[in-house]
Amino acid sequence: MSALLDNFWILLVLKVVLIAAVVPGVALVFIFAELKISAHMQSRIGPYFAGGRWGWAQPLADGLKFMQKEDLVPADADTPVFKFAPMVVLMSTIAVFVIVPFSPRLIVRDLDLGVFYALAVGSFGTIGVLMAGWSSANKYSLMGGLRAGAQLIAYELPLVLAVVGVVIQAGTMSLNGIVAAQAAPVFEIGDFAVRLPYLLQGQVIGFAIFFIAMLAELNRTPFDMPIAESELVMGYLTEYSGLRFTMFFLAEYAGMFSMSAIAATLFLGGWYLPGLSLDVLEFAGPLILMGKVSLLVFLIIWFRWTFPRLREDQLQRLAWKWLIPLALLNIVGTAVAKVVL
Amino acid sequence: MTDRRLAAIHAADVQVSVELETPEMTLNLGPQHPSTHGVLRLVAKVDGEIIQSVEPVIGYMHRGYEKLAEVRTYPQITALVNRIDWVSGFANEIPFMVAVERLMGIEPPPRAQYIRLILTEMARISSHLVFLSSYPLELGAATPLMHALRERERVLDLIEGVTGGRFHPNFNRIGGVKPAAGGGSTQKKVSQDLPAGFLADTRKAMDACDSICDDMVDLVLGNEIFVERTRGVGIIPSARALDFGVSGPNLRGSGVHFDLRKTDDYLPYSSFEFDIPTGTNGDCFDRYFVRMEEIRQAARIVRQAIDGLPGGDLQAKVPRIIKVPKGEIYVRAENPKGEMGYYVVSEGGRGPYRLKIRSASFSNVSVLPWLLEGQLVPDIIAILGSLDFVLGDVDR
Repeated sequence: MSALLDNFWILLVLKVVLIAAVVPGVALVFIFAELKISAHMQSRIGPYFAGGRWGWAQPLADGLKFMQKEDLVPADADTPVFKFAPMVVLMSTIAVFVIVPFSPRLIVRDLDLGVFYALAVGSFGTIGVLMAGWSSANKYSLMGGLRAGAQLIAYELPLVLAVVGVVIQAGTMSLNGIVAAQAAPVFEIGDFAVRLPYLLQGQVIGFAIFFIAMLAELNRTPFDMPIAESELVMGYLTEYSGLRFTMFFLAEYAGMFSMSAIAATLFLGGWYLPGLSLDVLEFAGPLILMGKVSLLVFLIIWFRWTFPRLREDQLQRLAWKWLIPLALLNIVGTAVAKVVL
Repeated sequence: MTDRRLAAIHAADVQVSVELETPEMTLNLGPQHPSTHGVLRLVAKVDGEIIQSVEPVIGYMHRGYEKLAEVRTYPQITALVNRIDWVSGFANEIPFMVAVERLMGIEPPPRAQYIRLILTEMARISSHLVFLSSYPLELGAATPLMHALRERERVLDLIEGVTGGRFHPNFNRIGGVKPAAGGGSTQKKVSQDLPAGFLADTRKAMDACDSICDDMVDLVLGNEIFVERTRGVGIIPSARALDFGVSGPNLRGSGVHFDLRKTDDYLPYSSFEFDIPTGTNGDCFDRYFVRMEEIRQAARIVRQAIDGLPGGDLQAKVPRIIKVPKGEIYVRAENPKGEMGYYVVSEGGRGPYRLKIRSASFSNVSVLPWLLEGQLVPDIIAILGSLDFVLGDVDR
C-alpha cells in the first residue's frame, strides 16, 4: 500500500480527486452541520425530511434546487465581471488546498513558502467579492463589496502577523515542515518525549488573533458586515441567483474548511497526533486533521449563532488598536523566547 | 464625456491639490427591506456609510380606519381597532371600549375589568417579547429570536384560549367582555368565562416570561458586542423625546418617569403594585432594558390580578341596540408601543361621527429624521429596531 503511494501518478490522481471531490463534499457536510447545530441551539429540529434519516440530503437538495434556478444577470450589471466573480471566490478558496498537508505525503505540493502562499491566495477571494459588489449595479451590493475590501485590509495584517510567531518557532514556512516541527519533542521526562502543538507551546495569543482574523476573512459572524442581512439585504450576494449563488455559498464553507485546516496545521499540529507512528499517520493523518478542523468549524458555527454583528468602525478599531499591536508583541515575545531558550 | 474627463485630468495636472469630490449617494431602504418592519420606506442620503439626511416615507400601510369607522356601528369597530397594532391586538380595543362606555355612562363589572387588565398585560408581554427577540436579529444574532418567541407562544396560546384569536381577539364588548365562551345563545346564563385551568396556566406562563428575561440578560444584555452596538447609539434626550411626542417605553427609556397606567384610570391599575422602569441615557440599550423590565412588571401585575380576580358578571346592562348619546371624549391608554388614544365624536347615532386615532408608533417614528442624521448605516437598523414600531400603527 505504501509502495502504491510512492508512485507519482497514482499520488497525483489521488490528490486531484481529493481536492476536486472532497473539498465540495466536506463543504456540504459543514453546511449540513451548520443547519443542524444552529437548529439545536435554537431549540428547533432542523432539516429532517430530505434523504430520510436526519435529513442528511438537505444540502444536496438545496444545491440541486439552485442549479435549476435561472441565472439572472441584472440589466445594468457589468456582465463579464459579474459572471466571473463567483469563480474567483471559489477558486481562491480551493487553491489554498494545494499546500494543506493531510498526511506526511498527502499534500499536493509542499511549497517552501507554504504559509505565505496560503495567506496570499486565501485573501484573493476578497477581490472576487469586490468584483461582485461593483459589477452588480446595486447600491447594497456595492456597500457590501466595499466593506469586504476594508475588512480585508484591516484583517490581513493581524492574520499574517499571528502566523509569524509560528514561523519563527518552527524556522520554516513549509506547512509540512511546521507539522514536523510540532512532532519534534519539546523536552523529555526520562524516556518520555513530550510533543506539543504550538498552541500549547505559547502561541495562545497567536492562535486567538489568527482565529479572530480568520472569522473576519471568512465574513462570518461577528464580522459578517459585507453580507449583513438586516442592513444590506444580502450585501454583495444580493443580485446573485442559481449556480453562481451556489458558488459563493460553497466558497464560504470551503473557505471555512481551508482556513480551519491551516489554523489546525499551524497551531494544533495538523495531521500529527502524539503516540502514533509515521506509518499509521500516513493513513490516519487525514482523519486526525479532519477532527481538528471539525473542532474549529464547530467553534465558527457556535460563534455565528451566539454573537450579534459588530459595526464597521468597531471592526476597524478592533483590528488596528488591539489585534495588530498584540500580534506584534507576540512576535517580539516569540523571537525573544526563541533566542533565549 | 471624454472631453470632460480630459478637462478633469488637465485640471488635476494644473492644480495638484485639487480635492476629489465624493458625491452623496441616495440609498433607498424599503418599502421592501428585511429590517423596516413592514412597509416603511427610508430615503437616505449617505456619504459612504455616514447618513446625511433621512426622509421616512410612510403611508404604504394606510387602510383608512378612521374613515371606515364612520360607516360602522360601535360593536363593529372593535374588529377594526385591534388590527391597528397587530402585535398587541387586545390592548388596542381597550381605550376605544372605555371611550364608548364613558360616553354611554356604563361601568363594566369588576370581573370584566380584571379580565381586560389581565389580557392587556399579556398582550404587552407578547408585544415586548417580539421586540426582545427581533431586535438582536437586527444586530445579527439569530438565536434569541427563537428562545423569546417560544415563550411568547405560550402567552398567545393563553390569549387564544380565552378569546379564540391569537392576534385579533375581538373579545371586548361594550359594557364588558364577551360572555359565555362556548356557551352559545341557548345558555346565556352560563358563566363559563375563562377556560378551565387558565389561571394556573397563566401563572406558569408568567414564571416562564420571568425566566426568559433572565435568559435574555445572559444571552443579549450581557453580550459585549450587543452592548457595544447599542450603548450611546440613537440617544434621544428626554426634552427632545417630549418635543416629538414620543411615548411609551421609548419615552421611559429616555428617563421620563411617565406611565398612563399610573395617571389615568381606564383600567383598575391603581389597585396593583408595580414599578415604572426607566432608562438613563435614552439610547438603544436603555430602550431594550426598559422593555425587558416591563415584561417583568407586567407579569407581576398579572399575578396580582389572578390572585384578586373578583367574581360576578361579565357584562353590564347595555341596551340591545347601542346608541351613543351626543358628545365627544378622548380616552388614552398605555399600550405596549406607547400612548394610544381615541377621540370619539358622537352625534347620537349607532356609529361615531368621527373617530380620531392617536397611535403611538406614528409619533415615535416622527423622531427618525432628527435622530438618524449623522449616524452610520448599520445604526439606522439598530435605531429603527429600538423604536419598536408597527407599520399598521404608523399608518392606520
